[in-house]
Amino acid sequence: MPQRSSVLSPNANLTGGRTLLRLATAGSVDDGKSTLVGRLLFDTNSVLADILDHVEQVSKRRGLDRADLALLTDGLRAEREQGITIDVAYRYFATPARKFILADCPGHVQYTRNTVTGSSTADVIVLLVDARKGVIEQTRRHLAVASLLRVPHVVLVVNKIDLVDYSEDVFTAIATDFALLARSLGVLDTHCIPVSATEGDNVVTRSHRTPWYDGPTVLGYLENVDDTRLAVGSELRFPVQHVVRPQSAARAPWASRAPEVNGDYRGYAGKIESGRVRPGDEIVVLPRGSHTVVEAIDTPDGPLDLAVAGQSVIIRLNSDVDVSRGDVLAATDAPPAPIRDVTATVCWLAERDLTTGARVLVQHGTSITKAIVKSIEGVLDLDFESGTVPCWRPTATLTLNDIGRVRLALASPLPIDSYREHRATGAFIIVDDADGWTLGAGLAGSTPLTARTAFTTQSDQHYPAQQGRGPS
Amino acid sequence: MTTDQLRPLTELQALESESIHIIREVAATFSSPIMLFSGGKDSVVMLHLAAKAFWPAPIPFGVLHVDTGHNFPEVLQFRDEAVEFYGAPLKIASVQDYIDDGRLRERPDGTRNPLQTLPLLDAITKGGHDAVFGGGRRDEERARAKERVFSMRDEFGQWDPRNQRPELWSLYNGRHLPGEHVRVFPLSNWTELDVWDYIAAEKISVPTIYYAHERHVTFRDGMWIAITEVTPARPGEVVELHSVRYRTVGDMSCTAAVLSAASTAHDVITEVGLSKITERGATRADDRLSEAAMEDRKREGYF
Repeated sequence: MPQRSSVLSPNANLTGGRTLLRLATAGSVDDGKSTLVGRLLFDTNSVLADILDHVEQVSKRRGLDRADLALLTDGLRAEREQGITIDVAYRYFATPARKFILADCPGHVQYTRNTVTGSSTADVIVLLVDARKGVIEQTRRHLAVASLLRVPHVVLVVNKIDLVDYSEDVFTAIATDFALLARSLGVLDTHCIPVSATEGDNVVTRSHRTPWYDGPTVLGYLENVDDTRLAVGSELRFPVQHVVRPQSAARAPWASRAPEVNGDYRGYAGKIESGRVRPGDEIVVLPRGSHTVVEAIDTPDGPLDLAVAGQSVIIRLNSDVDVSRGDVLAATDAPPAPIRDVTATVCWLAERDLTTGARVLVQHGTSITKAIVKSIEGVLDLDFESGTVPCWRPTATLTLNDIGRVRLALASPLPIDSYREHRATGAFIIVDDADGWTLGAGLAGSTPLTARTAFTTQSDQHYPAQQGRGPS
Repeated sequence: MTTDQLRPLTELQALESESIHIIREVAATFSSPIMLFSGGKDSVVMLHLAAKAFWPAPIPFGVLHVDTGHNFPEVLQFRDEAVEFYGAPLKIASVQDYIDDGRLRERPDGTRNPLQTLPLLDAITKGGHDAVFGGGRRDEERARAKERVFSMRDEFGQWDPRNQRPELWSLYNGRHLPGEHVRVFPLSNWTELDVWDYIAAEKISVPTIYYAHERHVTFRDGMWIAITEVTPARPGEVVELHSVRYRTVGDMSCTAAVLSAASTAHDVITEVGLSKITERGATRADDRLSEAAMEDRKREGYF
């Protein structure tokens, strides 16, 4: 059956329509984060009647005179009892332009690990401050985390603007303070919005009480923030999930909707983590370093002329190179050097401490390898003033919620990128070999917070051009 | 390259690719996965995604249906057709068998949803399954909003919401101790509307009772309950013939219909888009038992 080759998807029904944007919230306990999120859900009609009924009943039982929108986002029983959010919760809302996945991260100070988790996939951080307090220690910490995790956009919601009489001076002072902080932390794209989440000012609808503010509302900002970067990204990185070799397996009736393949079909299934790929592109297979050319990009809907970051596809190559799960197909332009000695910023997420000499597992892309902690070079002191950067102080151990600099020796070489350029393939997790627990989040290479210090590492280097050239 | 080609993926493309990535990771890293399959719309979307994930090879695992014995006949017929169509071997864990031989007892209220847990856990243990796919979505219910894509279960099948592993980037960690298993939710980030949009875009068949049909129903506890052998009319109840459809297709004893004229996926999308009641709230009597009903059942090993 003839297959129409096409860009991104042969199924026209999947290509029209809105895009997807991932958000994470951050703020302190009383900044009104739950109320803001509740307001976004409520004002985009994402809260349906039965849930709202429930919230109204609970609000009444607690003696409140109107529905407490924060209740919309309280999930677990322990949270309802304590009145605080203890774990990342995912919320969904949509407008005709975009669907939003919001990682609602707890604001409590000991739950920094949840902010790291939420930020890891976020395109935008929604950071809250209380207009009466302005930029505080928590704001600086959260922005430092956003900077470390390279979240592309940060929007500062200056909440409770009603409690400072909608004062332009207060807002301007906070925005100036924040801009200074952002610059020092290397966060480039920021925007500030005066908001009252309880009153609904500038969340979804523009407030007439802030005539001095002419920027977008929170929702307007989220609908229009530039996401083309998500499609173009940087160079190709394609961790191979599995080798597809159907041989002569029986085909289910469903498969008659998909293209026919030969008995000697061989392709590599995976998700493109960054960049894009076209048939005819020269690529390098890491960590071996063999060069080859992309023959075709296959999907059950038909072949593609172009596939981009975020797409799950099968890549066929035009030569018989050895490729297996765990390998990375990468652009030949500046591929990452496979390394065994990794220096990384590590966010420590576990109750048990990390010490030098610890034996752990490192999971990167689709591969996992044993590793030993060679040294802990410092822990980030997040108590810093605006205009300065956090400094690293010496430490022997990392404890829960610490962000440290760690040197690891890997049992086998991995093509780890610098996290600054490649969020997906510069990232890894540290796993407990004994019980499988996820212990830490690793960001390889130098960080924006250490750029002016001596922390540059092997993972910032690129694959030497002369090494491991394949037959092509 | 035109600017058109630089557009980011659409919502459905991004969700489809994310789910396929998750399903492939499970097949590559677990020794014996199994996919729960009820014949409901979420599970058929999940099965469709599995077929796409492994094309041109067949789906490398089977599917499991926990049959309460109170299923809609239309759904059972659809279940058998769907597993044949997608080429996935079907295993059935039967609640009725457990009741017949005394391992389970019928509840006074007649609902069998809570009785599914034991046959499910037994099937997981007997089959040696270390990964179990479920069609749960985070938008369904407030406890689910906090659950990971890879969600650990202890030897008793229990979920500990206070003690979940962090899940970062798209690095899913399925390592576990012997006896433990992992529940995997590839549709975590889908909403009810996304599921229907995808059913329409991919022309996926779902059981006929998702679309409007005429049925004898009675209005009980604020919900439209079908009159069946399992749920006969109670004395004094008024039985009416209405055009209805189901938004979920669980156990007949606790799944209610909604009045509807939606006869195609596109009609349903219009209806769901306008609906003011969430799908579980509208049609699942068992979620109304307590404020924390779902959380309690999940802790016990239910989905």
